Amino acid sequence: MTDQRSQAEIVRQSLKRRYRKERRFRAYGILAIAIALGALLTLFTDIIGKGYTGFVKTTITLEVNLDREMMYLDDPTDERQMKMADFVEPLIQALIQEIPGATEEDRDGVRDLINPYASVTLRDAIKANPGWLGTTQTMSFLTHTDVDVYVKHAGDEAYSIKLDEQQRAWVDELLERDVIETSFNDVFFSGGDSRDPSKAGILGAIVGSLLTMFVTLILSFPIGVAAAIYLEEFAPQNRFTDFIEVNINNLAAVPSIIFGLLGLAVFINLFGMPRSVPTVGGLVLTLMTLPTIIISSRAAIKSVPPSIREAAEGIGASRMQVVLHHVLPLAMPGMLTGSIIGMAQALGETAPLLLIGMVAFIVDVPDGFFDSATVLPVQVFLWAGSPELAFIERASAAIMVLLTFLISMNALAIWMRKRLERRW
Amino acid sequence: MNSINPTITGEASQPEGAAIPVQEEKPAETIIEEGKTVGKPFSGDPKFKLRDVDVFYGDTRAIKKISLDISRNEVIAFIGPSGCGKSTFLRCLNRMNDSIDICRVKGSLQLDDHDIYDPKRDVVELRARVGMVFQKPNPFPKSIYDNVAYGPRIHGLANRKSDLDEIVENSLRKAGLWEEAKDRLDATATGMSGGQQQRLCIARAIAVSPEVILMDEPCSALDPIATAKVEELIAEMSESYTIVIVTHSMQQAARVSHRTAYFHLGHLVEVNETNKVFTSPEHELTESYITGRFG
Repeated sequence: MTDQRSQAEIVRQSLKRRYRKERRFRAYGILAIAIALGALLTLFTDIIGKGYTGFVKTTITLEVNLDREMMYLDDPTDERQMKMADFVEPLIQALIQEIPGATEEDRDGVRDLINPYASVTLRDAIKANPGWLGTTQTMSFLTHTDVDVYVKHAGDEAYSIKLDEQQRAWVDELLERDVIETSFNDVFFSGGDSRDPSKAGILGAIVGSLLTMFVTLILSFPIGVAAAIYLEEFAPQNRFTDFIEVNINNLAAVPSIIFGLLGLAVFINLFGMPRSVPTVGGLVLTLMTLPTIIISSRAAIKSVPPSIREAAEGIGASRMQVVLHHVLPLAMPGMLTGSIIGMAQALGETAPLLLIGMVAFIVDVPDGFFDSATVLPVQVFLWAGSPELAFIERASAAIMVLLTFLISMNALAIWMRKRLERRW
Repeated sequence: MNSINPTITGEASQPEGAAIPVQEEKPAETIIEEGKTVGKPFSGDPKFKLRDVDVFYGDTRAIKKISLDISRNEVIAFIGPSGCGKSTFLRCLNRMNDSIDICRVKGSLQLDDHDIYDPKRDVVELRARVGMVFQKPNPFPKSIYDNVAYGPRIHGLANRKSDLDEIVENSLRKAGLWEEAKDRLDATATGMSGGQQQRLCIARAIAVSPEVILMDEPCSALDPIATAKVEELIAEMSESYTIVIVTHSMQQAARVSHRTAYFHLGHLVEVNETNKVFTSPEHELTESYITGRFG
């Protein structure tokens, strides 16, 4: 009797200890998650705080008098005349009119309020509407980047405002009258890179990324899945296949810049393919993504229960039929998930693409697989390294766009897994 | 199985193909003579003619020189303690062991006087003639209809949809599942109960009209009512098929089979008419097994 009681006592004491251990372990877990969430939150606040202004553009609305004599232009359809014509003067005149107290002597100060590319905008508008010549039109132009920075970041220590006192007074006045306005930055999404931050866009990088990803996907998914099926279902178990398996696992751990060097040596130097093109980028990223896809596909194939295989074999299905009719459909969700995660990795990859020249300054939106292009992460790299502070907010905005792509790809992976998963 | 002979339990619980400790092997080995089977292993016009069959897993000899005939339209039950090789032997009959790399089969195995292990023989054709039902119900994660229709489809047995419908209906009827399943042929098979799934697997095996059906402990995962239904089904099917059934339940062997074969440590110890095996076994090992001294 006493023995039993003391035993119960021992159990009770140990229970207390066990529960304490459990509580401590749970606390560690919560702490770890809290730290991770905190870091994530800091990252997001920093990027969004710095970058949201990248999605805002500053424009100025002017009444432009398109006078023939002032512009030295008679016939807008004549190429030569268009080349010689002066599209800056009407803008300066319009500004002088708009700003109270500004005179001809303030020409230089006034000109610095408007974007250097505004004259190009005006020229294109006249080219498209020759009838406008000789009339007065109300048009919106991008402001100079210095004005853009002043409007967005006046009073921010981090930004140096390059406008002088008088220009600031003008901008303040124009802002009050809503002549200068801020609105959603469509330029950012509709153009390629530019030396002028106000004019810089990420469409070129997005298209470059999409082209590169397309090449990567159509190469790495079929090759990866086929390799996985062969290794898992058909390859004999011997030293040679063991050797291949070990090497695939090793390849998954090779730093991506090595793949870049390989791509440079093989695709560009040996095969003579052009630099900076999405095709070569896609090939390099295929090499990088393949191990991930093969490994995850093999895991997915392995997880198909042997009973299903036996059932099909028992009816007399051939090996190929077993694989195509039963193993593949059941393994597909896992394969797709692995591939999408591999693709997301490839989308965020910068280093190997630097080596094959996708880091070049490219203004045009690429229009094909063999057109010079850059990709989103490289664009971020380019802008983040720029000495001009106005590019920093563009870099942050581009990071947000990149993250949006990555998060939606991962969400797609999760959705597909949930959707296609079959239970038995 | 309540009283266990302490000297032989070690053998009975050995996993299939495992090495057997020497000191426990002795008593059984001294009683069994290799390649010698008591009772009536042979018949006049056999469906399967199996002579001196050896099966190796790597270096382990799992089946030791077994000779046996299986007659047409006979139900034969394989019984014996776990690890005695009865499942291994069963899986030789339609070469299901092929997918195990380390498994080798020796001896002569003939189905209707044609060698099963002939390298030129097409295993797909063999399995279309020798169907199999497994221990755990393993329907494909597809609809009930597609499960049954799968075999006929891959073998090209039905050219028209109406033919296929007919095969599916007949197979489900023979498996006693038609009444329960006819209104939900498009429902997934994995949503059925265990017993229904197993009968579906039987229907799936029947659908390719095999001549032989191998059953590897088909009722071990089922409750008594589902078991009764499957046994009933076996009795009906015995009219048109040759059935080889591996079972752990001696009552089941006694209920469904015409002949019973007793396996022990890879040897085929005794084969005889079922009632004879269970009432007056000739071999002392058979007797100890069916009287529940081990197993």
